[in-house]
Amino acid sequence: MPDAEGAAKSIAQQRRTEFIGGAKATIPLIIGAIPFGIIFGTLAEPSGLSALGALAMSMFVFAGSGQFIAIGLMAAGAALPVIIATTFVVNLRHMLYAANLVPKVRHLPQRWRIPMAFGLTDETFAAVSNRYMCDDDLTHAHWFYLGSMAAMWGNWQLCTALGVGLGEIFPDMTSWGLDFAMSVTFIGMVVPYLRNTPMWAAVIVAGAMAMATVAMPHKLGLMVAAVSGIAVGLSLHMLKQRKEARQEAAS
Amino acid sequence: MNEVALISGMFLVTFSVRYVLFAVAGKVHFPPWLSTGLGFVPPVVLTAIIVPAVLMPQGELWLSWDNPWLLAGVFAVVVSLVCKDLLTTIVAGMVFFMLLRFGFGL
Repeated sequence: MPDAEGAAKSIAQQRRTEFIGGAKATIPLIIGAIPFGIIFGTLAEPSGLSALGALAMSMFVFAGSGQFIAIGLMAAGAALPVIIATTFVVNLRHMLYAANLVPKVRHLPQRWRIPMAFGLTDETFAAVSNRYMCDDDLTHAHWFYLGSMAAMWGNWQLCTALGVGLGEIFPDMTSWGLDFAMSVTFIGMVVPYLRNTPMWAAVIVAGAMAMATVAMPHKLGLMVAAVSGIAVGLSLHMLKQRKEARQEAAS
Repeated sequence: MNEVALISGMFLVTFSVRYVLFAVAGKVHFPPWLSTGLGFVPPVVLTAIIVPAVLMPQGELWLSWDNPWLLAGVFAVVVSLVCKDLLTTIVAGMVFFMLLRFGFGL
């Protein structure tokens, strides 16, 4: 059966092409994640997470900002339920990504959907969104997804290990003020969001409320601050929308 | 802290959030206000962590021009607003912070 053999080979080739394409498309995004991984690994031990814990967290949790926030909270002495609840809240945005991708995974069996869900990071979402926007044959596009997440995951492990290693070599790094590395990283992540009034208001309210509630036990103030900021931002956003709708109706 | 419990818990919530919609695939609809609200989550949570970290780096309110955390934090915000690049912001902010602490001994 030369024909069937040829077809099977071409499927394997298509899959490989997609997989490599996915990994390649993720490289620019991986470069952005490298400093995060290294800083995470370096800060883990000073924050109270063991080297093994840091590696295991990168392996199983695989969520950059969630992991960062977790060690930040550990360093500040937060209780375990608060850390887990914060991780949940911070990662809720991934549900938006998933909602967006549902039409693309609907036809796949659960054995595909489970690993794909595990690898649904900001970076892989960005890479696969571009792929899914192409008009060409999408039959094997889930291999592209797999390639993207494999590259992202592998790099994340490597960078965490590198950071942990650096932390071991320079154990007095904490006294260098590396806690500021986390703050400055977060600043660089927040500022690009500040593009409109509701977002500015949300962030200012959250910052002020975080200060006002700083004495609350187990860092619970973080939740209060976040909810306050979201409520203000969302209200302003809706007011703005209503105003725009009214202006449109008037014109 | 029990690290096994911590990592298992974090794994569970992170994976559930990513998987739940894939599992039911398209039987649920997001109301628009919820999507917008979720969009506020990352910057708001991060800010709630940053502000106390730079205003009270040693556990007490330090609202003064000789607080290097605060100065370098403000500097990083300006750098980020101007050049809009994460890596530049991190490097410039860290260099400025180190300069203040070890160059000027703040």
